[in-house]
Amino acid sequence: MAEPEKLPPASGHDKLMIGQSSAGIYLAHVVLTLGVLIVAFPIYYTFVASTHSLQTILRPPLPLLPGERFFENYSEALFGGVGRIGGVSVATLLVNTTIVALGIAIGKIIISILSAYAIVFFRFPGRMFFFWLIFITLMLPVEVRILPTYKVMVDLGLIDTYAGLIVPLIASATATLLFRQFFLTIPGELVEAARVDGAGPWRFFKDILLPLSRTNIAALFVILFIYGWTQYLWPLLVTNRNDMNTIVIALKKMISFADADTEWHLVMVTSMLAILPPILVVVLMQRWFVRGLIETEK
Amino acid sequence: MATVDLKDVCKVYAGGVEAVKGVSIAIPDKALCVLVGPSGCGKSTLLRMIAGLETISAGSCAIDGKVVNTIGPTERDIAMVFQNYALYPHMKVYDNMAYGLRNRGTPKDEIDARVRSTAKTLELEHLLERRPRELSGGQRQRVAMGRAIVRNPKVFLFDEPLSNLDAKLRGQMRVEIKNLQRSLGVTSVYVTHDQLEAMTLADILVVMNAGLVEQSGSPLDIYEKPASTFVASFIGAPPMNLLPLRSGHLEGAVTLPPVPASASTLGFRPEDCEIRTEGADAVADGALRLLVEVEGVEPVGAESFVYCRVGGERMVVRVPGRVEIKPGDQLRTYARQEKLHFFGSDGKRV
Ligand SMILES: Nc1ncnc2c1ncn2[C@@H]1O[C@H](COP(=O)(O)OP(=O)(O)OP(=O)(O)O)[C@@H](O)[C@H]1O
Ligand SMILES: [Mg+2]
Repeated sequence: MAEPEKLPPASGHDKLMIGQSSAGIYLAHVVLTLGVLIVAFPIYYTFVASTHSLQTILRPPLPLLPGERFFENYSEALFGGVGRIGGVSVATLLVNTTIVALGIAIGKIIISILSAYAIVFFRFPGRMFFFWLIFITLMLPVEVRILPTYKVMVDLGLIDTYAGLIVPLIASATATLLFRQFFLTIPGELVEAARVDGAGPWRFFKDILLPLSRTNIAALFVILFIYGWTQYLWPLLVTNRNDMNTIVIALKKMISFADADTEWHLVMVTSMLAILPPILVVVLMQRWFVRGLIETEK
Repeated sequence: MATVDLKDVCKVYAGGVEAVKGVSIAIPDKALCVLVGPSGCGKSTLLRMIAGLETISAGSCAIDGKVVNTIGPTERDIAMVFQNYALYPHMKVYDNMAYGLRNRGTPKDEIDARVRSTAKTLELEHLLERRPRELSGGQRQRVAMGRAIVRNPKVFLFDEPLSNLDAKLRGQMRVEIKNLQRSLGVTSVYVTHDQLEAMTLADILVVMNAGLVEQSGSPLDIYEKPASTFVASFIGAPPMNLLPLRSGHLEGAVTLPPVPASASTLGFRPEDCEIRTEGADAVADGALRLLVEVEGVEPVGAESFVYCRVGGERMVVRVPGRVEIKPGDQLRTYARQEKLHFFGSDGKRV
């Protein structure tokens, strides 16, 4: 009895929505190209500087084309150790920062998805109280609570540890609220269907909620990874040892007030290396990231 | 295979809304029970209490002789088909159907065999690898059915499963659901507000109003002997004509058969009323004869509805084929005595 019903072709987002006139498209491209140039040029210039010797950099003007010291500079920074930060290599810094950024991103996602799950799908006493409690922490960024947090970290002996770098930054009201908003759009019937199908709370979370949230998770991961990667104030406070620095802190330390004291070629290499992982994350996750922002799969 | 017994079931929602106010229904094994009633009368609430998705405030619900009030939906061994199908959007059709079985720890090859045979019954085999959003509404509906059937539960629960389909497909699926239910022999409760669906599907029809059962019984019994004016006007399309009696007298009546003393409303079905243009006196004795004025005619093909006015009240006459009647015509109509229904001032049948 089921006649094979015809399906409409899968519609994509490949249609232009507005501005089909050629003048409009031209103008749009000009503006976009200008924007890209303005943003990209300093980065290119940094790259150029990172391939010259210190002497060349210190003797203006800096050439506009890359020099011949690419391999020397990069291997010196990555594996040799930088003098001004106690001979720690940039590779160590990259590892540190990766651990911290991943820890913050993954930790924030786990904590906030679980809190949102509890708040949306469970009826427990004080549910709204906890919701508002999370909500008001939005008004208390790290900077505001930095002294007590620092005291706690000292008391717990977490100075110069990865835990000390990660844990205080891990709770996120924003991510919790985002997940909450998403969970609220999940139809009640779906939850009930799962209950009838014998899925307990954990199964429901694992088999249904998590897969449905994956685009949201991916988008959040990108945002939070970059947030973690670029943290400045907290890592500055909570690390004393050079080998526990994150790359952003080390970069700051590498620059001396006296120009001649600064190994500018290594600073430039470190800058390039510092922006590489976030770019990599964005590029690799781009497909998911864009989907998470524009599309809900329901 | 199971019976479902509801005894004085009540539901009071947290806000104090009394959605169901003491409902008792006994559904025998393999029967299809249809709950019908206007919007907000508590049909879904009752169904969800049977499912275990809603707590029972008072009374008891027994499945297969065992009271299940405190048991969760999983252990009740029921399957539910939702109005919006509630398919898992990220799972293929196959996994949608297999999910419930997997959660119950059914062995893999048995799951596979069951899913495939159910898919075959429902002609879903070619869709097993698709995701719900790649299906048409009708196909989704079938998958939702499949998900219920594959588990081979004690009871099927349907909450307006066809209301999102177009009229033609709805008619087709109605027949199919009935056949499936019969061949599988699974006790079922089916909620709808479509009285045609209710009439055609039900073994037992339960008409609900404002959280109470107005009448329950076989669909034809209810159609022929509605217990109240509410049931009379809810079941049947167009609904039964109801004309008020004033101290045993009906305005516009030429002859009126004997009226029970306590009756305050007289009713007759549109199809039980005939139009006589001439020779009206040849009609059997004791029939109700009315002199009516035509207000409008609605030909729908095989039959026509003639909307009339009698003594300030509106009524409908259903005549086969097409008729040569215009608005403003004066007509004589009659209805046999045995086709008349009388209701008291409380709306109950007398
Ligand atoms: N979760 C709830 N909390 C409070 N009141 C509710 C809740 N769900 C339903 N109600 C109320 O209970 C009554 C019965 O609702 P129910 O959903 O059972 O109606 P229904 O007969 O299924 O109607 P419909 O045909 O529109 O689906 C309504 O008055 C409704 O407002
Ligand atoms: Mg309902």
